[in-house]
Amino acid sequence: MTDTRHDEKDIDSLSGIETTGHQWDGIKELNNPLPRWWLWTFYGTIIWSVGYMIAYPAWPLISEATAGVLGYSSRGELAKTVADARTANADILQRIGEAPLADILADLELARFATAGGSSAFKVNCSQCHGTGAAGGPGYPNLNDDSWIWGGSIDDIYLSINHGIRSATDMDTRFSLMPNFGTDGILDRADIRTVSAYVASLSGLEGGVDNPEGAMLYAENCAACHGDTAKGMAEAGAPDLTDAIWLYEGSLASIEAQVTQARHGMMPSWSEKLDDTTIKQLAVYVHSLGGGQ
Amino acid sequence: MIIIDNLQKEPAQFDVEAVNSAARRQPLYAPRQKIFPKRAEGFYRRLKWIIMAITLGIYYVTPWLTWDRGPHAPDQAVLLDLANYRFYFFFLEIWPQEFYYVAGLLVMAGVGLFLITSTVGRAWCGYTCPQTVWVDLFLQVERLIEGDRNARMKLDSAPWSVEKLAKRVSKHAIWILIGVATGGAWVFYFADAPTLFADLFTLRAPAVAYFTVAILTATTYTFGGLMREQVCTYMCPWPRIQAAMLDEHSLTVTYNDWRGEPRGKHSKKAAAAGQSLGDCVDCNACVAVCPMGIDIRDGQQLECITCALCIDACDNVMDKLGREKGLISYATLSDYNANMALATAGGPIAPERVRGETGALLPAIRQTNWRSVLRPRTLIYFAVWAAIGLGMLTAVSMRAEVGINVLHDRNPLYTLLSDGSIQNGYDVKILNMTNDVRVMTLSVEGLAGVTMTSPNIASEPTTSLTLSVDADLVLPLRLYLRVPSAGLASQTDIVMSVVSEDGEASATANARFEAPETP
Repeated sequence: MTDTRHDEKDIDSLSGIETTGHQWDGIKELNNPLPRWWLWTFYGTIIWSVGYMIAYPAWPLISEATAGVLGYSSRGELAKTVADARTANADILQRIGEAPLADILADLELARFATAGGSSAFKVNCSQCHGTGAAGGPGYPNLNDDSWIWGGSIDDIYLSINHGIRSATDMDTRFSLMPNFGTDGILDRADIRTVSAYVASLSGLEGGVDNPEGAMLYAENCAACHGDTAKGMAEAGAPDLTDAIWLYEGSLASIEAQVTQARHGMMPSWSEKLDDTTIKQLAVYVHSLGGGQ
Repeated sequence: MIIIDNLQKEPAQFDVEAVNSAARRQPLYAPRQKIFPKRAEGFYRRLKWIIMAITLGIYYVTPWLTWDRGPHAPDQAVLLDLANYRFYFFFLEIWPQEFYYVAGLLVMAGVGLFLITSTVGRAWCGYTCPQTVWVDLFLQVERLIEGDRNARMKLDSAPWSVEKLAKRVSKHAIWILIGVATGGAWVFYFADAPTLFADLFTLRAPAVAYFTVAILTATTYTFGGLMREQVCTYMCPWPRIQAAMLDEHSLTVTYNDWRGEPRGKHSKKAAAAGQSLGDCVDCNACVAVCPMGIDIRDGQQLECITCALCIDACDNVMDKLGREKGLISYATLSDYNANMALATAGGPIAPERVRGETGALLPAIRQTNWRSVLRPRTLIYFAVWAAIGLGMLTAVSMRAEVGINVLHDRNPLYTLLSDGSIQNGYDVKILNMTNDVRVMTLSVEGLAGVTMTSPNIASEPTTSLTLSVDADLVLPLRLYLRVPSAGLASQTDIVMSVVSEDGEASATANARFEAPETP
């Protein structure tokens, strides 16, 4: 039998060239020959692919792929990029490590670099408690505001990060304990109500009553840490009781609860985990959040 | 007498056949047909020399032009500063976010292509395409070294000898040198040209510069010297696209077979036998000069780049024969069809139908002239093209010299401060797009009692900030706004503005101040 397809050659009348027999809306495709160099280029790409398979990772094996004689891998390239970035940043990181904190703040270039570096370190290490925007939550201080329990200067912030708050593992940690005036029997419930109403009145909270009895109780029990004017004392970690910022809830009930049985926050000592340059960058970042003093 | 002899003598026929003639076609993979284009002389050849001089001149000279921009910016007139994301073009400096200017230029180029193609056909291919210009240059080098068509054919078929080797080596050496110069000129657009020029020769230039020169040398040599017409026929999409934009009023290089056919060399013999021949003496001069190696007498075809060298070749022959020029000419399809209808009148082409008793072409024969260019389609293209151009010029002339971008913090939206006031944080970017250091004042409108602080810049609350922004740079700024909470809505629209010290330049940005919902 003969192949009938070759017997039915369709010759385009205008050009005299054979068509492929394909038609689209009456438009025919001429069966023009490919140039021979095109064929050689095609063979060339096949040879190229052989070289490529030898040079680069190509053949998947059971546990991994062939490595290729050039030893290239995208993971290796990433490692190199990271190493290059480390090398490129080494100089400015060294300057940050050597400079006093005040000098870093005064140098715009160092301050910008430290703020950016501190920002990424914050996301990794601090955001779990303080939040990605450092806005905190009940029991976890908002770092954007201007009220600082342990002081808002750059050195105070650095010290707090370095040694933590009430850290069990750091001898130099910041430490203070508010007595449990209720559960330890120092004050009875009526006294607690009276002093709490007085404290609430200092910042104009709902239910607050400025009463002399409460003021007396405050002077006897609270003023030692929170101060005669209730402006707090950063050295003892005693919060300002006259402002709008409350670590727990800003309400009379919350104040009564705290006086009865004190809650205490705890922050790890980061010097055990992070290097000093990173902690300095964290301090600069936190200081830049808007409330740094 | 000699002159008359010349006129009477029929020109010799060139032994040449079109590379794409039906007789030569073969299935599957076709070997390349060698083309030895003969030198053409005439109006279009001269035009192409002039256009080549202009286009190559623009290409090679542009990076060396200077434009004074003061001490804070480069003085190269045209510079693509990739490292610093700046594009300098004489009076204009484009930042990455202003790339829409380039998009506008590309739209203009697209509409310009419609305009040019619908009026004068594939003029881009024939005159200004880099492939055409460089092939022309390479062919000229080939002619200078190896001679014109016949000498080159002879050399090509000759056995290898010292002379042949010397000619071939010098030809390819000059081609490669042209390639190096082409690649070399390209890299000057991306760096300070005089510095890079010295660095290139003292081996101190960056590796990417040498790499770019090497790539462009290879492509120029391969495409312009070795592949030539193969690039246009097989690799380029342009012939397909441009052909689709032609209409019956577009100018194309046309063989006027209504006066050329039936073609033949021996008009006297034919006349004696009672036949009349057309003007085409079948000398093949049009095929011999064609850089694409085709026969224009086969009609419009994909391979034809409309370089019009066949017009020059044919006109010279017609001149010698004492006949009218224009057997091959720029003509529109509609004129061609009208003349063809006259010449055929339903039957085969008959030369006597287009000529009067004196032998001159009939007045009814349509001669294509420049008026074919003016028609609604081309005028609309031109109007669109010009409108985009005017719009771009307006945009460039009204281009702001400073800018401000404001991004409100997402987390936290607002912060309660100890005195009960509300603070919002913003990332502000102040753009100084001039080539001088500018002192600018940042202020906020739309909020009563607002003050601002910025870490490391202004720790004490202030109502406005005065900042010095370096030339041609962006100043990133962390900004905090604080407002007493009394009577504050949960969202307030505000406007931040920067004004330069001299008051000449200013910019504003809309932003929002967020506060807690008041019960």
